[in-house]
Amino acid sequence: MRHIISILIENEAGALSRVAGLFSARGYNIESLTVAPTEDITLSRMTLVTRGNEEVIEQITKQLNKLIDIVKLIDLAETSHVERELMLVKVKTSIESREEIKRLSDIFRGKVIDVTNNSYVIEMTGASDKLDAFVNALDESSIIETVRSGPTSMSRGEHGLHL
Amino acid sequence: MELSGGQIVVQCLKDEGVEYLFGYPGGAVLHLYDAIFHQDDVKHILVRHEQAATHAADAYARATGKPGVVLVTSGPGATNAVTGIATAYMDSIPMVVISGQVPTAVIGSDAFQEVDMVGITRPCVKHNFLVKDVKDIAETMKKAFYIATTGRPGPVVVDIPKDITDPNVKVTYKYPKKVKIRSYSPATKGHPGQIKKAVDLLLHAHRPMIYSGGGVVLGEASAELTEMTRLLNYPITNTLMGLGAYPATDKQFVGMLGMHGTYEANLAMHESDVILAIGVRFDDRVTGKLAEFCPHAKIIHIDIDPASISKTVKVDIPIVGEVKLVLKQFLNEIKEHKKKPSKKALEAWWSQIEQWRDANCLEFDRDSEQIKPQAVVEELYKITKGEAYITSDVGQHQMYAAQFYHFDKPRRWINSGGLGTMGFGLPAAIGAKLAHPDADVACITGEASIQMCIQELATALQYNTPVKIINLNNRYMGMVRQWQEFSYESRYSQSYMDTIPDFVALAEAYGHVGIRVEKPEDVRPALEKAFALKDRTVFIDFMTDRTENVYPMIESGKGHQEMTLRVAPGTPLDRELA
Ligand SMILES: Cc1cc2nc3c(=O)[nH]c(=O)nc-3n(C[C@H](O)[C@H](O)[C@H](O)COP(=O)(O)OP(=O)(O)OC[C@H]3O[C@@H](n4cnc5c(N)ncnc54)[C@H](O)[C@@H]3O)c2cc1C
Ligand SMILES: Cc1ncc(C[n+]2csc(CCOP(=O)(O)OP(=O)(O)O)c2C)c(N)n1
Ligand SMILES: [Mg+2]
Repeated sequence: MRHIISILIENEAGALSRVAGLFSARGYNIESLTVAPTEDITLSRMTLVTRGNEEVIEQITKQLNKLIDIVKLIDLAETSHVERELMLVKVKTSIESREEIKRLSDIFRGKVIDVTNNSYVIEMTGASDKLDAFVNALDESSIIETVRSGPTSMSRGEHGLHL
Repeated sequence: MELSGGQIVVQCLKDEGVEYLFGYPGGAVLHLYDAIFHQDDVKHILVRHEQAATHAADAYARATGKPGVVLVTSGPGATNAVTGIATAYMDSIPMVVISGQVPTAVIGSDAFQEVDMVGITRPCVKHNFLVKDVKDIAETMKKAFYIATTGRPGPVVVDIPKDITDPNVKVTYKYPKKVKIRSYSPATKGHPGQIKKAVDLLLHAHRPMIYSGGGVVLGEASAELTEMTRLLNYPITNTLMGLGAYPATDKQFVGMLGMHGTYEANLAMHESDVILAIGVRFDDRVTGKLAEFCPHAKIIHIDIDPASISKTVKVDIPIVGEVKLVLKQFLNEIKEHKKKPSKKALEAWWSQIEQWRDANCLEFDRDSEQIKPQAVVEELYKITKGEAYITSDVGQHQMYAAQFYHFDKPRRWINSGGLGTMGFGLPAAIGAKLAHPDADVACITGEASIQMCIQELATALQYNTPVKIINLNNRYMGMVRQWQEFSYESRYSQSYMDTIPDFVALAEAYGHVGIRVEKPEDVRPALEKAFALKDRTVFIDFMTDRTENVYPMIESGKGHQEMTLRVAPGTPLDRELA
């Protein structure tokens, strides 16, 4: 099953490599990983998407908790949560296709943030499967490049992951 | 106090009460070595190879419970230390390793003798640090010792660039009394509700087993374990790492379990209905085939590391906590509980266990004309009255040591269990002897293992650490040969060397006493002579039976109930040996 693990980690050099190293050393898979400092600059927040059965996920969270740099973590699969991913897509445009691509982007609540004679850069956020759907809806040969942040996520309601 | 970085490191060691620093100098740590030169509170032990520094420090830690401390230079010094760091990591040994690093300004430029020590050791340390400011040294050192010695212990590396120890840059030194690490808080007491449930289950057992390990030694909980086991009158088995935590000569002790454990221990595990696992990690050498591990048992597991619990074997009642505290809680709960263990069930269980014991699974040919390695360990046990500190290397000799030296006290048995590092034994013996100068220390080794750190004979002379080296010389990598016999139709691919040195001459060349023993009747006199030479390191080269194998054995992929014995239970011993 897919799990989103949200992690508060010391904002220190090498902390990220401890997490990445743990996953490769123990053969766990990382589907995606995003990390950036929080409002408290001594802490970074990491969102890690992984897959595994119950036992594997239990070991992953226990092993992560053992890392001295990790302050706190939560497996968001266990709670109701919201999830957003950012994607930028650069597509080829022609006089004939411009309108159609713009309309498609609007349907998916995308924004065109850069325009040239023959290209668009479209910005889109949403759940990962919505981004997948948009990419699938585009004509494959029109895509120049895509970049995705990987999901970021937090639990719903008044509680949060903090010190 | 205004001190330079180099002086600060040394002062930190003093303030930690460090007695010995095991190390080897080099460019990146010269400032540090100069600071060492100017004091004599912390005694530096100059090894002959950095791997040995880590093993000696590790054994010092195993023998005392205090952290072992190591100092190595950058680059090759640091990489040479890695095997020893990994060895300590696998067995959860508290150790602080200080490594020199190239100056901060050139880090990352492939500078002379630069390696990314923090990167290299990341997977085999509990934690590591790169110090980037002389002002951070004291706090980092405090954190290193705190992390290494608390919770589940382990090695911590502190990598210090050369410029940080510059004698010309001085800062105010103050060693922090305490450090708090917000992301690190080791467990203490166990959850009372879980303990109630566990004790209830334990007291209702019909075929209970206590399976305890290295955690009891590390957590200094031998006394509590012994009291509880006796109170319950339950059978107890120890892992290789747990030997000595419960007295091996006690009648409730059924021997080690696992691959080369006893028949009675393994069958009792297999038939048990309630297993109390204490400070163990369900290692594959212990469990055998996982699908067949303890099929009838409910399992209670006490461990300080939540990640050890349900890692390979799913347990029924997990208890996270410091073993000493948790066992105290158990004792109280057992004493207060209305239910007492069923006398009738226990009688039946013990009588079953006695039947298994009668298989005499460790028996070997005592009338052989060749020296049996088991007989050497037996004699060693008798001569040292079971009181010696025994280190070992890795192989058949290690198993004979575990099976035939009956440890009644913790910390007497010092071996590399998790990593299985050949080369551990001799430097470990030096570390143990420094820790306990008045005790007998012997290293049980094999002719292949001893050659991996043989150069430490020089260290033993320099620091006058008179240890006895018991070389069970079978002219084979016996453990490898045994596997090749079992699984590769005796194709002995590269498991022997036909150029074994003359160890007696070698020992003498290093300034020690060498004795060669070729006949069974000379075993005892040789040992007596060696131990009578109180202040000499003695290398005894026992020419043992080349063909001897370790029994019993659980072959790979098999369960506890499928042990291979030397002779099937009930058959006379000489059948198979003929
Ligand atoms: C050639 C060879 C053959 C081997 N054959 C066998 C064999 O037949 N049988 C066998 O048993 N082993 C054997 N081993 C050793 C084996 O590889 C493992 O090292 C060993 O079984 C692990 O022992 P353990 O379970 O006691 O765990 P350890 O490695 O000693 O781990 C200790 C456990 O206790 C926990 N702990 C630590 N401190 C505390 C505390 N204060 N409170 C609570 N918990 C704590 C830790 O978290 C950990 O889970 C062999 C090794 C070699 C090299
Ligand atoms: C550093 C290292 N290399 C290889 C091994 C694999 N290995 C395990 S036991 C063994 C043979 C040991 O031979 P010896 O020291 O003579 O002991 P014996 O088994 O003969 O008693 C080897 C090669 C190891 N454990 N450690
Ligand atoms: Mg050998």
